[in-house]
Amino acid sequence: MPDEPVATDAVLSVRDLKVSFATRQGELRAVDGLSFDVGAKEVLGIVGESGSGKSVAMYSMLGLVRDSNVTISGSVRFEGREILGLSDKEMEGIRGGDVGMIFQDPMTALTPVYTVGWQIVEQIRAHSDMTKAQAMARAVELLGEVGIPNPASRVHQYPHEFSGGMRQRVVIAMALSCNPKLLIADEPTTALDVTTQAQILDLMEKLQQSYGSSIVIITHDMGVIAEMADRVVVMYAGRPCEIGPEIDVVRRPRHPYTWGLLGAVPRVDSKNQRLVTIPGTSVSPLDVPEGCAFAPRCEYKMALCDQRPELHGPRDHQDACWLSDEQRVAIRSAPVGEAS
Amino acid sequence: MAALGVVTVMVIACLLAPVYAHHFAHVDAFSSNLNGRIRLNGRWVSVLQANTQGLGLGVTPIGPTWHLNNYFLGADNQGRDVFARFLYGGRATMLIGASSALICCIVATILGLAAGYFGGAIDWVVSRVFDIVWAFPVYLLAISLSVILLTSGLNLGIIHIGAGSLLLPIIIIAAVYVPYVGRPLRGIVLSLKEREFVQAAIGSGASDWHIIVKEVLPNVAPTVIVFFPLMVAFNMLTESALSFLSIGVQPPNASWGTIINDGLGLLYTRPWVAIAPGLGIVLTAGALNVLGDGFRDAFDPKAKLRGSI
Amino acid sequence: MLSFIIRRFISAILVLFAISVMVFLIFFATPGVDPAARIAGRSASPAVVAAVRAAFGLNRPLPIRYLLMMDHLFIKHDLTSYVNPNTPVIPQILHAAPVTLSLVVGAAVIWLIVGVLGGVIAAANRGKFIDPLIMFAGIAAVSVPAYWLGEVVNYFTQSKFHSSVFSWVPASGYVPIQQNPWQWALHLFFPWLTLAALYAGIYARVLRAELVNALNEDYVRTARAKGLSERRILMRHALRCSLISIVSLFGLDFGALIGGAALLTEVVMGLPGVGQLTYNSLQDLDLPVIMGCVMYAAFFVVLANAVVDVLYAVLDPRVRVA
Repeated sequence: MPDEPVATDAVLSVRDLKVSFATRQGELRAVDGLSFDVGAKEVLGIVGESGSGKSVAMYSMLGLVRDSNVTISGSVRFEGREILGLSDKEMEGIRGGDVGMIFQDPMTALTPVYTVGWQIVEQIRAHSDMTKAQAMARAVELLGEVGIPNPASRVHQYPHEFSGGMRQRVVIAMALSCNPKLLIADEPTTALDVTTQAQILDLMEKLQQSYGSSIVIITHDMGVIAEMADRVVVMYAGRPCEIGPEIDVVRRPRHPYTWGLLGAVPRVDSKNQRLVTIPGTSVSPLDVPEGCAFAPRCEYKMALCDQRPELHGPRDHQDACWLSDEQRVAIRSAPVGEAS
Repeated sequence: MAALGVVTVMVIACLLAPVYAHHFAHVDAFSSNLNGRIRLNGRWVSVLQANTQGLGLGVTPIGPTWHLNNYFLGADNQGRDVFARFLYGGRATMLIGASSALICCIVATILGLAAGYFGGAIDWVVSRVFDIVWAFPVYLLAISLSVILLTSGLNLGIIHIGAGSLLLPIIIIAAVYVPYVGRPLRGIVLSLKEREFVQAAIGSGASDWHIIVKEVLPNVAPTVIVFFPLMVAFNMLTESALSFLSIGVQPPNASWGTIINDGLGLLYTRPWVAIAPGLGIVLTAGALNVLGDGFRDAFDPKAKLRGSI
Repeated sequence: MLSFIIRRFISAILVLFAISVMVFLIFFATPGVDPAARIAGRSASPAVVAAVRAAFGLNRPLPIRYLLMMDHLFIKHDLTSYVNPNTPVIPQILHAAPVTLSLVVGAAVIWLIVGVLGGVIAAANRGKFIDPLIMFAGIAAVSVPAYWLGEVVNYFTQSKFHSSVFSWVPASGYVPIQQNPWQWALHLFFPWLTLAALYAGIYARVLRAELVNALNEDYVRTARAKGLSERRILMRHALRCSLISIVSLFGLDFGALIGGAALLTEVVMGLPGVGQLTYNSLQDLDLPVIMGCVMYAAFFVVLANAVVDVLYAVLDPRVRVA
């Protein structure tokens, strides 16, 4: 792993994050060597299938993994300060204050017995000295910003009185309530219908501009990446496959897994583009091969793939694959159906 | 696992009661032995001894001898060997507990399945029956039924059950707890009915019987299995309460409850008569509870994830 | 909300009616038994039996008999005991009620505090030593027969250690609170502990299970991500959501106990409450008193059920729309 200098203005700097669980069936490696930076006002997308470790990675950074069988190693720096290994008390200031989180399922993310206003006020007062009245006023303001109509009256309603999309807006409002420098969104639109998805993504973009926070957005949907992300990390089986600016990764993907995710092997002269599926099923985190994790499903597997490839390439756009550039070009210009 | 061991020990020990009584202790646990004498430390001692304390009136049975084959826990006020009676009593209590739990679970499963699956009028009737039976305070219902039925037995057309039969407490206790198990089961069947695999089976034209037995029942079974040891424990406690009140097991049969009742008068002089059966109940019911908890943890897939994110 | 309450109480009344019918049928209509002989008591002469038959209209059809009994019980209020002739039933019950009330309220306070504390401590320290310890105590509490525990407590406080450690424990019996509050409490002290022990165990176990479940819910994860302290999460989020089941459980238990479900404890501890009255009447087969006690108990159980349903709506906003 080339020793990369820590970007001094990175809001979040992760180096070689490893998260594993001790289970009865052996060691479960959920995250195996993840590294990336998130700059100020930047949107980083982490994309991968279910089970690729993307959510676990972010949760473990904030100490939200409460399993006593977990082992976390590596380095995670928030604004230059190492946060891995901090005690709960020390993390409490960062969680919710400097780092806001949005979760996947809005239907269960809010405590059912308190009004939404109460819950937002709780977060505000946990990180500032505002009075209840001040905090409530801010809560109403926030609800308005996220597009909830009649915020002054709806602030006193219970979560079950909101629809899914509305509840997600409430969660976003809550996450932004303390002006966090970093917002982590774990599959924020997966549980919503397509129209609402688009609205929520638009909202997040708008808020990102006005609040100036960086965002880490976790998703399995390349469409979301294409729309929101500035940079992308593609993960498979807990390992990074490819990392780079969104434009590069989407237009000129280098890793076969990314090709699969993007649904096509790019062909210069195609008339009929057939949808390509990734054969096989995703690997179980208990059984990750020593070599390249993707090799068992890869069409272009070689003998070299028995060794685990590390991220390499130009500083900006890296991938973890043994294919040489020439091989890649050959694959991409071959007609569909022919292996290289 | 330890719980399973405790229960097994209890069951086996009590099943062997007659063996113990006949071969080891050479006593008859049921007939009075007012003039009996036993050999203790080489001397013949009366089982019921004249009182030397207080007013010097009446007799006091001997206390525990702690010799395994010789009035281990002493005698009761009829001169009978307490330990032998303890073992016999355990048989009765556990028998009643287990059988009534079995009957209760079976009936509750049938009713719950019928009500949940068929809905409509059947559901309405079954639910109302559950409501009414359960609204009656449990112990009071059991007591009332026992009071009535125990004086002269049950004579219902072709069914004749004598007043001294153990079957009466079994049926009464089982009946009283049916709603307790039946209602949750009905709830589970109701939610299962909406699930895709049942809908699919209905859609593919499977008969009701087939669906109930092959699709619904296996999903209801874990809950029933978890309930069972808990119900045995409950029913044992209920039975002993009824017997304590003299409306459960009738003499000459003995159960842990009746022995505790017998031991009341002797509580301050020979406490073991009353304490031993109680301890038996605590240990057995406790072990059963732990067993039930263990079943529940084994069946609950989420239990393994306890403690993660 | 109001219509919900009204509907609930109407069905409660219907259930009470059904229970009265059930009691009636059990005591008067069980095939193969003669109600008159049983009302008159075990050792009544044929003349008394005949008089009973006439008084209760046992020659008349069942529904009439039922109405007559309900009339005596509820309207004329003159249902009298047949074992203690000329002793009206209802005043007996009302006289015994404060004793039961004292016992149950005191025990309830103790068991709620101990049970909730136990459940919270066990859940907050789950996996550490104190957790299984508390749970073990809870299981022991559930497995103990109430009357036996009472006897054992009596044994230790009245007999074995009476002259030494427990010399301050008064003999069993009841002292009304108006007469002497200190003695009232002293006499009730061990009965309170005995009754509370059983329920504290159940409540600790239930609460711990609910709390552990709640702590795995998504909204707790959100609360943590908000930067709240673990203590606040436990007390304000997890506990608040778990309280719902504890409160409903408490409502049901309290209702049942007020109605005389603690009869075994009362008998063993020598407290002349409704439970003891029920027990005595059962021993004597004093049917009118039994009838009165059962209806009294059923009334409170049904009332408690209805109150709990309403409380549920108060505590859990999600239910209110239904």
